[in-house]
Amino acid sequence: MGRYVVRRLLQMIPVFIGATLLVFLMMYALPGDPVRALYGERSVDEAQIAAIKAELGLDLPLMQQYWNYLLGVFQGDFGTQIASRRPVMDVITQALPATIRLTVLAFLITVVLGVGMGLVAGLRRGGKTDRAILFVTLIFISVPVFVIGYAYQNFFANTLGWTTPTVRDPEAWTQLILPAMVLASLSLAYVARLTRTSIAENARADYMRTAKAKGLSRPRAVTVHLMRNSLIPVVTFLGVDIGNLMAGAIVTEGIFNVQGIGSAVYRALSFREGATVVGIVTFMIVIYLVVTLLVDLLYAVLDPRIRYA
Amino acid sequence: MRGARSAKWVAGAIGVALVASACGSGDDNSGSGGSGDGGGVFTVDSGEPQNPLVPTDTNEQYGALVIDNVFANLVDFDEDGELVYTAAESIERNEDGTEWTVNLRDGWTFHDGEAVTAESYVNAWNWAANISNNQKNSYWFQDIEGYDEVHPEEGEATAETMSGLEVVDETTFTIALKTPFSYYDYKLGYNPFTPLPSSFYDDPEAFGENPVGNGAYKFASWERERKITLEAYEDYQGDNAAQNDGVELVTYTNLNAAYQDLLSGNLDVIRQVDTQNLPVFKDDLGDRAISQPYMANQTIVPVFYSETWEDIDPQVLQGLSMAIDRETIVNTVMNGSVTVATGFVAPGAKGYEENAGGEVMEFDPEKAKELIDEAGGVPGNAISIQYNSDGGHEAWVTAVCNSIRQATGVECTGDAKPDFQTDLNTRDAQEVKSMYRGGWIADYPLNAAFMKELYGTGSSANTGFFSNEDVDQMFSDGDSAASLDETVAAYQDAEKELFELMPAIPLWHQQVNGGFSERVSGVTFDPSGQPVLTDVTVD
Repeated sequence: MGRYVVRRLLQMIPVFIGATLLVFLMMYALPGDPVRALYGERSVDEAQIAAIKAELGLDLPLMQQYWNYLLGVFQGDFGTQIASRRPVMDVITQALPATIRLTVLAFLITVVLGVGMGLVAGLRRGGKTDRAILFVTLIFISVPVFVIGYAYQNFFANTLGWTTPTVRDPEAWTQLILPAMVLASLSLAYVARLTRTSIAENARADYMRTAKAKGLSRPRAVTVHLMRNSLIPVVTFLGVDIGNLMAGAIVTEGIFNVQGIGSAVYRALSFREGATVVGIVTFMIVIYLVVTLLVDLLYAVLDPRIRYA
Repeated sequence: MRGARSAKWVAGAIGVALVASACGSGDDNSGSGGSGDGGGVFTVDSGEPQNPLVPTDTNEQYGALVIDNVFANLVDFDEDGELVYTAAESIERNEDGTEWTVNLRDGWTFHDGEAVTAESYVNAWNWAANISNNQKNSYWFQDIEGYDEVHPEEGEATAETMSGLEVVDETTFTIALKTPFSYYDYKLGYNPFTPLPSSFYDDPEAFGENPVGNGAYKFASWERERKITLEAYEDYQGDNAAQNDGVELVTYTNLNAAYQDLLSGNLDVIRQVDTQNLPVFKDDLGDRAISQPYMANQTIVPVFYSETWEDIDPQVLQGLSMAIDRETIVNTVMNGSVTVATGFVAPGAKGYEENAGGEVMEFDPEKAKELIDEAGGVPGNAISIQYNSDGGHEAWVTAVCNSIRQATGVECTGDAKPDFQTDLNTRDAQEVKSMYRGGWIADYPLNAAFMKELYGTGSSANTGFFSNEDVDQMFSDGDSAASLDETVAAYQDAEKELFELMPAIPLWHQQVNGGFSERVSGVTFDPSGQPVLTDVTVD
């Protein structure tokens, strides 16, 4: 187990270097010059542009720029923004907590509501509750997230007045509930349907009959035997889904004005702030890798047949 | 901002024309609800400033909103584009406009208590003009004598100060210019021409996060990516003191989110309603909706290095201009969010003449076709209009093209570039195929600001590469005129001449489409499209 974890962690190094290089090259390939763009449609001052570029090292050959960037990263310096002259690390640490909070909250909603609904539906397959849940999840799957977002915003904030239409303080969990519900809606529907199928299938498995025959109470049979076996595909899905939630957060953040990673990366992209984009994307990749590792380890807990050497 | 996404990035709006209503400040400022951590504070939608908050380094609208209010300009402008002295007592010129004397008002202080003197100005400008200090607005000082020594085309600065700036006494300094510039006092209304306290030079970086100015508002705090708080400065000496206790500039990345907040009372002033709410905002807000043009225009600019336009008879371009049904496009496609242009100069600027373009700006499909046919037609009988597809321009470009096609039979297509950066890049590289969408925000409300930098030979914003000796002569005559009225008149003649030569086809002027909540009143916008914060009262 320990060796497995170490190996996985070591694998992250080439992924890290590859990802930064790729994003770096992509930013470079985009048309547009971030320093020139500071002047927009106004008069351009070539001499000043050259001076700014020289100071930031943007006049060096591409590979040298990348090498300087990597050197900096290993010393904990993710570079400086071109326009604001802020350290990129500041921008990331400013934006990341809001997105992580939103993602975690959405993830919790997905797990609790999704698995809960799936469990109820699966146990009462074909019943009225089952059909109702199937119908609701169908709506979540078919309606685009931004439509749900605007609908919730309009209904819960403007019509009912239960909450504010936008998030003023991303540190307040209560303000994040509405956007998290929107963000979670699609995953929630998938998880519910996945759980339902899995539960419904396993409910008729031999081990369930055995459990019943040896006199286990139904709640215990369901929670310990049925759930544990049925959740393996769901856990796989949830692991992958963390990445989707973080990416999907960009749309939700826009609707509810959460100043998270989504808006930060969008702004950085439109200003061609290469270092910022590379930094943020790299951070997200690392988070994604760590989460996938955790999910893989969780398999072993759920299914003793899986062993990691 | 519909039709002017580009403007978002470039809009370094000019100094607030603080239309000082100068009424007594004994208003009842007890605010309630919403944002309140104290009475009389209101909220405005804004965004994260892109640059450090130094006047000479700020040229986009979010930073400009802070700078405009934390710093007081030497002069501001009223709604007719007339000069109003703010920090300056008077600004005098010599006969040919090469030497200017600025007299400052007495008793002004920075927010840290330091007195504002002539040196505060001269030192700040010298610092900013120096190429090694990397200030984006450094070129604003280029008319001053000695600029080339502190800001050479190549290499290091050879001097620390510009020889053209001279401190006479505590409150007087003189500016010597390289060439006659009859309206230099208008230029002085832009925010690079503000003073800096001596504490700035100790740590410019820290200053950029916590600026100390001489304006009506004191900078209080900057919660990154969330909001900037300004407080009314009690010892402010100007006529345009704040009528409220302070303001919070809240960051929005999505204009619809700001609009929703305005509707539910969480936001007090919205500067621009997003496209999707434009058709309904007047119904939603009633008399709390504001629509007014500001000093910016949208044009389509032929590139004169292309085969199509290289040796074109301007009559063809006149014909194309007459083939565009501006009125209908503005009312349908643009939802009335812009004002139809009748000339190059926007209303509100000094020297604006109604119908300056005459019939060239009127929709007349038959005449249009006639003019084009008579002049030999458009080479290849096809044109394209380059635009950035991330700015909401597609709809109107398509409409303009349809209008041209139907009226004249000239094939017209949109040439979409994925974003503004790519669009700019193509213009700089001189790779525009036929025409491009030009957006321009004038830096000061004078008719010259809509022409000289755009259509003068070799001007750096002249990316259509229009060049005409007569026009250049008219511009330089205007610049060296003996009085402002003569300058204005010279540029008015130039505007007429431009309609004979057609360096661009004006379409419309940008417009503020904003509004405010029930708890504030007195919300107005200045000629650059920024809200006049000082006049807002909180009920």
